[in-house]
Amino acid sequence: MTAAKRGKTVLSQGGDWNFELLQRYDKEIGIIAKEYGLDTYPNQIEVIASEQMLDAYASVGLPISYSHWSYGKEFIQNEEAYRRGMRGLAYELVINSDPCIAYLMEDNSMPMQALVIAHACYGHNSFFKGNYLFKQWTSADAIVDYMVFARKYIFDCEQRYGEDRVEETIDACHALMDHGVDRFHRPSPLSAEDELHRQHEREEHAWKQYDDIWRTLPQKAADKTRAKSKMRSFPPEPQENLLYFIEKYSPTLEPWQREIVRIVRKLAQYFYPQGLTKVMNEGWATFWHYTLLNTMYDRGLVDDGFMFEILQSHTNVVMQPGFDHPGYSGINPYALGFAMMRDIRRICEEPDDEDRAWFPDIVDKDWREVLDFAMRNYKDESFIAQYLSPKLIREFHLFAIADKHKEDHLRVEAIHNEAGYREVRRMLSKQYNRDVLIPDIQILRYEHMGDRSLVLRYNRLRERPLTDDATEVLKHLSRLWGFTVTMEVFEEGRGVVDKVEVSPA
Amino acid sequence: MSMIIDRRLNDRNKNATNRQRFIKRYKAQLRRSVADIVADRSITDMSRGGEVGIPVKDISEPRFRIGRGGDREMVHPGNKEFNTGDMIAKPKSGGGGGSGSGGEGQGEEGQDNFMFTLSKEEFMNLFFDDLELPRMARTVLGDSQQFTYRRAGYTPSGVPANLSVPRSVKNAMARRIALTAPLKRELEELKQAGADAEEIEALEKRIQRIPYLDEYDLRFRHRVKEPKPISRAVMFCLMDVSASMSEAKKDLAKRFYTLLYLFLSRKYEQVELVFIRHTSNAEEVDEHAFFHDPQTGGTVVMSALNLMIDIQQERYSPNEWNIYGAQVSDGDAFGSDPQRSAMKLNKDILPLCKYFAYVEVPDSPSTITPLAAAYSQIRSETFAMSTVMDRGDVYPVLRELFQKESV
Repeated sequence: MTAAKRGKTVLSQGGDWNFELLQRYDKEIGIIAKEYGLDTYPNQIEVIASEQMLDAYASVGLPISYSHWSYGKEFIQNEEAYRRGMRGLAYELVINSDPCIAYLMEDNSMPMQALVIAHACYGHNSFFKGNYLFKQWTSADAIVDYMVFARKYIFDCEQRYGEDRVEETIDACHALMDHGVDRFHRPSPLSAEDELHRQHEREEHAWKQYDDIWRTLPQKAADKTRAKSKMRSFPPEPQENLLYFIEKYSPTLEPWQREIVRIVRKLAQYFYPQGLTKVMNEGWATFWHYTLLNTMYDRGLVDDGFMFEILQSHTNVVMQPGFDHPGYSGINPYALGFAMMRDIRRICEEPDDEDRAWFPDIVDKDWREVLDFAMRNYKDESFIAQYLSPKLIREFHLFAIADKHKEDHLRVEAIHNEAGYREVRRMLSKQYNRDVLIPDIQILRYEHMGDRSLVLRYNRLRERPLTDDATEVLKHLSRLWGFTVTMEVFEEGRGVVDKVEVSPA
Repeated sequence: MSMIIDRRLNDRNKNATNRQRFIKRYKAQLRRSVADIVADRSITDMSRGGEVGIPVKDISEPRFRIGRGGDREMVHPGNKEFNTGDMIAKPKSGGGGGSGSGGEGQGEEGQDNFMFTLSKEEFMNLFFDDLELPRMARTVLGDSQQFTYRRAGYTPSGVPANLSVPRSVKNAMARRIALTAPLKRELEELKQAGADAEEIEALEKRIQRIPYLDEYDLRFRHRVKEPKPISRAVMFCLMDVSASMSEAKKDLAKRFYTLLYLFLSRKYEQVELVFIRHTSNAEEVDEHAFFHDPQTGGTVVMSALNLMIDIQQERYSPNEWNIYGAQVSDGDAFGSDPQRSAMKLNKDILPLCKYFAYVEVPDSPSTITPLAAAYSQIRSETFAMSTVMDRGDVYPVLRELFQKESV
């Protein structure tokens, strides 16, 4: 396209933005996104100042949350880092809600705003709406309302029971937050109104049903045997959702404390998919801002200056320093995700012999359908196991290292060669398994007929110990539970190898 | 369809509560930090924010995490020379990647401090907490400045409550005259010339369309904030720096002086400080020397009082300056010195002063020192004395002053 022709259609020039321009860019990006078949929630784009971005960071990315000192800590940390110029602010923040809320910072230039709109409002947004984990585990339409309810509820508790007691309960819940997730059982959808209603109802029921006389009735023989069989083991199967178990069975929690446990649990559940789809989610969004904005350029909607700015910041985002680089901090999810998404498109469009051998079922297919299918049905672990190609392993120069505690050397297990591709891919995929990041801890026994103590089991994998924090967490747990809590360290083939016991203070 | 909302005008301080909670939770640690700052800051420089630190260990939130040790595999990018089967020496510790993408929370067990900046209000509150300052006094001291509102003409923008009707109507009238005059003249000419009715009617309509009151006409009463009228004060700090005054006692003295200074600096536009230290003879010194230079020698209180009067006569006329005195001593005095000093204070100094406070920091609270015995004979509304053993005792000395003068 000639420069003259392009000049007529460009939406804007230079860096300045205004609301009218935002609207026009959003419209154009939206049209192109639709052509590519992106299915999104409606967008709610909010323009904010940089201090407000700091605020938004602190409350774990939700537009509203209850008050807690840890959010204050987070806020102070970000503010200090930002003030000293140690850290820039993220260009965008997007919330998995319906409508999908995205923040734009007022200091950004027009090209950056367009980048954020493409990245967040169409990239992340369509991922939130399409990916199976988000669909199954979060209620995008209810989260904001639910947080309003939670904030109010906790505020009321503070008024009634004192800030200190509420804080103590929340502290304990936060410590167990990673273990407040249902992984195999779909949670009921959120609704703030129902929640309030249900909570009232339950309190009332407990109150009405209470009668001391029941305690004095003699037990029947049949009851006794049933009780005995119950006594053998409860819960019948180990329970991995610690917060759920506490909410339901803690012998000492008051109703309002159970409610708080529930709120934190719901919050943990809401964030659960985000941790499992970092590579995919960021890769998908980055792929789409790249594709959408390039399409705009091809159609003459934006000029060269615009594209230069976009590409510069895009390149920064997808940079992957090598393991020996001083700035290395693990694999950059943006870089890996973006490269994989693009690679899938390449495999569909221009496969070579290697791709035909490795990915026979996607070569020469429509890349949009293949990508859409991948986005909907995978998480990081399975996505990498399925789609990481030998070409990318070569490009990233990936290599796998085995670290065994009994040996004083690290061993290179596999590198980017014919013999190593599958091995590298398998190990990288495993690195994104939740169990590698979060220890597998389950509730084994509740001595509900005995001393009411709780027995946990840490299923240790290959002798990887817990950090010293664990005792602190157990203290929090026993505070919620009200009785002694024991944790066994169990290793396959060796049985129980260690035990930690904590009693409430 | 996307909705674009401008939220820039929304509240910017959403995390104020969370920040307060954090500060409240770590008050004990923060107070230690604040005490350090108080110790090495100048009295005149006390009322601003400051950087404080809390050990990172104290504020970490525990989670179940998998630590170092055990067996694992890691995949890293950027291989240059490694081949399958190569052995690499283990990095000593700290370095080398943690566990790939799950690196968070590992290798950060250092003894670092979590540093951040307290705002002026937060700093002052912690400082006051230490002194167990009552709320009432806090508001007097904590307020940056007191203002009065003064009329300052009119502005074209403001809140409806401040609308000045006469001004606005006057403006409207002027505008109407200015805008319609040429049209009316033209109308007159047309009528004279006998133009056709349609043209005249059009012109009349144009005149009618000029609004009676337009937004440009509105005028609002304008008010400006002005600091309250203020004057000057001088504060004489007298301190016994003989060997028996330990660092801890000097620290109490510093807090006492700071509190008085803060109070005076809220009340007066200009506050000057004069530091007089004395052993067996007195000299005027700067603040640093006052608090930190060790001295040896006996104790003659009288020397300090004499020097105070000399300086006052030389530089601070009571007509132009409000004079305040603040004396700190451990109470040791010998011979006739205490009696003579009390006389001097009562006869020559108190009449000049708005207020004179004496703080005693003795080794034990039960003994009655010679100086205290002599000073306790003084009966005056402008004199206060007290014994201070720890920080909480500082405020009561000044209580009366605050109550009297803050109202």
